[in-house]
Amino acid sequence: MYVAVKGGERAIENAHAWLAEERRGDPSVPELALDQIREQLKLAVNRVMAEGSLYDPDLAALAIKQSRGDLIESIFLMRAYRTTLPRFGVSRPVDTAAMACIRRISATFKDLPGGQILGPTFDYTHRLLDFALAAEGEAPRAPITEGAEPAAVPHVTEFLNRDGLIQEEPHSDETPGDLTRNPLELPANRPLRLQALARGDEGFVLSLAYSTQRGYGRTHAFVGELRIGLVAVEYDVPELGFAIHLADIELTECETVNQFKGSRSEPPQFTRGYGLVLGQSERKSISMSLVDRALRWRELGEDYIGAPAQDEEFVLSHCDNIQATGFLEHIKLPHYVDFQAELELVRRLRAEALELTGAPAMKEAAE
Amino acid sequence: MNATALQGGFATPAHDSARAFRATLDALARPGTIQTVAGAQPPAPLSVAAGVLILTLTDGTTPVHLAGAWDCADVRDWITFQTGAPLVGPADAAFAVGAWNDLAPLDRFAIGTPDYPDRSATLIVECDALQAQGAQLTGSGIKDSARLSLPDAARVFAANHALFPLGLDFFFTAGDRLAGLPRSTKVEDN
Amino acid sequence: MTAIAQTPTETDAYNFAYLDEQTKRMIRRAILKGVAIPGYQVPFASREMPMPYGWGTGGVQVTAACLVPEDRLKVIDQGADDTTNAVSIRRFFQRTAGVAVTENTPEATVIQTRHRIPETPLTEGQILVYQVPIPEPLRFLEPRETETRRMHALEDYGLMHVKLYEDIARHGQIATSYDYPVKVEGRYVMDPSPIPKFDNPKMSDNAAIQLFGAGREQRIYALPPYTKVVSLDFEDHPFVASKADHPCGLCGSTDSYLDEVIMDDQGGRMFVCSDTNYCSTRREAGHIGAMAAPAPAQPQERRAE
Repeated sequence: MYVAVKGGERAIENAHAWLAEERRGDPSVPELALDQIREQLKLAVNRVMAEGSLYDPDLAALAIKQSRGDLIESIFLMRAYRTTLPRFGVSRPVDTAAMACIRRISATFKDLPGGQILGPTFDYTHRLLDFALAAEGEAPRAPITEGAEPAAVPHVTEFLNRDGLIQEEPHSDETPGDLTRNPLELPANRPLRLQALARGDEGFVLSLAYSTQRGYGRTHAFVGELRIGLVAVEYDVPELGFAIHLADIELTECETVNQFKGSRSEPPQFTRGYGLVLGQSERKSISMSLVDRALRWRELGEDYIGAPAQDEEFVLSHCDNIQATGFLEHIKLPHYVDFQAELELVRRLRAEALELTGAPAMKEAAE
Repeated sequence: MNATALQGGFATPAHDSARAFRATLDALARPGTIQTVAGAQPPAPLSVAAGVLILTLTDGTTPVHLAGAWDCADVRDWITFQTGAPLVGPADAAFAVGAWNDLAPLDRFAIGTPDYPDRSATLIVECDALQAQGAQLTGSGIKDSARLSLPDAARVFAANHALFPLGLDFFFTAGDRLAGLPRSTKVEDN
Repeated sequence: MTAIAQTPTETDAYNFAYLDEQTKRMIRRAILKGVAIPGYQVPFASREMPMPYGWGTGGVQVTAACLVPEDRLKVIDQGADDTTNAVSIRRFFQRTAGVAVTENTPEATVIQTRHRIPETPLTEGQILVYQVPIPEPLRFLEPRETETRRMHALEDYGLMHVKLYEDIARHGQIATSYDYPVKVEGRYVMDPSPIPKFDNPKMSDNAAIQLFGAGREQRIYALPPYTKVVSLDFEDHPFVASKADHPCGLCGSTDSYLDEVIMDDQGGRMFVCSDTNYCSTRREAGHIGAMAAPAPAQPQERRAE
C-alpha cells in the first residue's frame, strides 16, 4: 500500500528553522554584529555590493550574516532587495579623475605626477598566518604623514594620450543602456558589456582574464593605472537648477594599456581596457579590464580567434553568478516527470536495439 | 497644467490596473469578445476604456501618439501627469490613441522588424460603439469564428494580418467597453 | 545609505503581487505582444525575484502580472500541488497578493505549472502559466542568440528538421521524450517547456490562455486560446504522445501521465498519476486502482513524511 509523500509545507518550515539555528551556530559564542562584518570583512562587503549592484555596506553586511558567509547567496539577497527599490533619478556620471585616492599605482611608469601610492594592499605582505590575530589584540594603527591626505591625481593614460600614443576614447553623452531595466540585446555595445562585467562573477571574470594571458585571445595588457578611493555622487535636481552632493562612494578603477601593432583599420598605438567596480576590488577591476579589451577585437579590426574571452555572447550570457547559480542548482528540484519520459524512451530504444542485434532476452530483473 | 490632469486616475492603482489588464488580456487573446473596464475618468474626448488602457499599459518608457481631436491640452496634460509617457509623432509611438480617420494612414506606425516583431505599435481606436457583429474573425484566440464591428473595411485589417508576424495590434474602445484585434487575426467581409 | 531599521521586513511593505507597478506594466506589455504573435519569444526585462533563477522566476513574474485579487491560484510542480517548490510559490502569492488558492483544477482561475499540463481539460476562464528554463527551441542546436533570432526571423527551421531526422536515422524514432518542439499556427517553432511529450497535444486548441515565462533568459511567449499547436514530426514517423503503458495504481486511470514509484529495495514499483488532483478526484468518485487501499476504514499510521 502506497501513500504519496505529503507535508511539503511542514518540511519547508522545519528546514527554515534548522537553517536559522545553523546560521547562528554555537549560541555560547557571541553573535556577529553588522558593524563588525562591515568593518572587518570589508572586502567581502565590497564584493557583495559590486556584484549585487547596490552600494550599501550595511545591507551588504546584513546579507553576509544572513547567508552565513555564502557571498553568492549574499549577492542574491542584495539583488532581490535592489529590485524592490523605486528609482528616483539618475546621478551625474562620477568623475574618477577627481577621486580622492587611497591607492594609486601604475605599472607602466616608474614614477609619475601624483606618485605611486601603495595604500592598504596585500601586495607585499608575506602570506604567513598571523597567529597574533587569533588572539584578541590592540587595534593596529598606521603612521600618518602630515599633508598626505587622499587627493585627486591625474589619470596615467592621459599622459600617453597627449602624445597620441594611445587610442582616443571618443567622448559620448549618450545615455548608456541599463541591463537591469532592459533585456540584454546582442550584439551589445561597450557600455552594456562593461555593465555586465561590473556585475559579473569575480571568479568567472578572473578566469576569463587569465585565459587571455595564457594565449586565448592575448591582449598584452599592462596595468596603466589602478586607483582606489572615494568619488562624489552628484544628482541634478531640475527644480534647483544645480547638482547636489548625495554621498561619497568608494570605487576601484583600472585602466590597462595594451600593446597593439595596428590593424586594417587602426594605426599602431596603445589601446585600452577598462574596469570599474564598486568598493575596493582590485582583482575584479583588473580582470574586467582584460576581458573588456579582449571583447573589443571587432572595433579594433583584430582577428577573432575563437577565444572564450573574445566571444561577447558567451561572456555576457554566462558572467552573472545569480543567473548561473540559479540554473545550476535548479537541477536539484524534482524532475521526475521528465526523467520518467526519458526512462520510457531509453527502455524502448534498448528493447529495439537488443531485438535488432539478436541479443538474448533482456535481463528483466534489471528492468 | 490644469486641474483635470490631476484627477481621474486609478483610485487603487495596483488592484485597478490588475483588473484592467486581465480584461485587456482577455480582449486581445479572444478577438471578438467585448470587455468592460472601469477605474479611469479621463478628460474628453478620451473614453473610459482608452483611459484605462493608457493607465494600465503606458509609462515613461512608452511613447504615446495622440491623433486628431485627442491631441488636445486636456488629454496631453492628463497622460503626462498620470503616466509620464512622452508624447510623440506616429513613427516613434508604442501606443497611439484617436479616432480611426485621424490615425490613418497606418503605414506611419512601427510594425516591428523580422528579428523583433514585438517592436510594433499598438493602436487604441476610439469608436462610437462596439458590437459583436460585422467582419468575420478567425485565427488564434477564436473558436471557429467571431464577429466584430470594425471602423473600416475588412481588407484594411486583412492587409495588416498579411504582414504577420509583423504588423499592428488594435484595441477598439467605446465608452467603458473595449475589444482587441491582434495582427494574428484573419479578417474577412460577410 | 539605507538605515537597517527602515528596511521593510513585513510582507505588506511590498506591492500587491510583489512586483512594483512599473515592472508589472512592462511584463503586461510583453504578454500582450506575445499574445499577438503566438509562439514568438518577446524579450522582457526580467527582475531578480526573491527566489532563485531556475525556481520559476519567469512564471512567477507572469503570474504576478496577471493576478487580480479575486483569483483562485493553483500551483503545480511535476503535476503535484504538494511538491515543495509548488508549495513555496503558492505561499509566496498567498502572502504577497492575498489570493485564494486551490488544488482543484476546475476551480482555479490561474494555474502556474512546472513540467506538466493538468489532465482535466482547461476552460475559457483559466490562464495556465508555464515556468520555462530554456525558451529557445533551437538553443541546443545553435547556442548563439544572434543566430537563432535570425533563424526565427527567416522561418529557417532546417536545423531542427535535420536533428529530428538524424534521430530517426540513428534510433529509428525521434529520441526526444520531453521538451518536444512544436510549431505554432504554422509559423514559429516553440519550446513547450519541459513537459513530457504526452502533454503536447493538450496545448493545441486549448480553451485557456497559455503564457510562458523564462526569467533568467528574459523571454515571455504565449498561446491564445484555440491556437493550433503541432508537434514536429515526419509523415512516415508521426508524433506519438507516449506514456508508461500501465494504469494508475491508485485510481486505475489508463489515460493519465504516470510517475514510476520505487516501493522497496527489491525493485518493486508502482505507477501512479503525476497529476495528484486528477488522481484524488477520481478516487473520491469511486475509482480504485489495483494497488490502492480499498477504503480508508482504519486510520493509516505509517504515512511517509
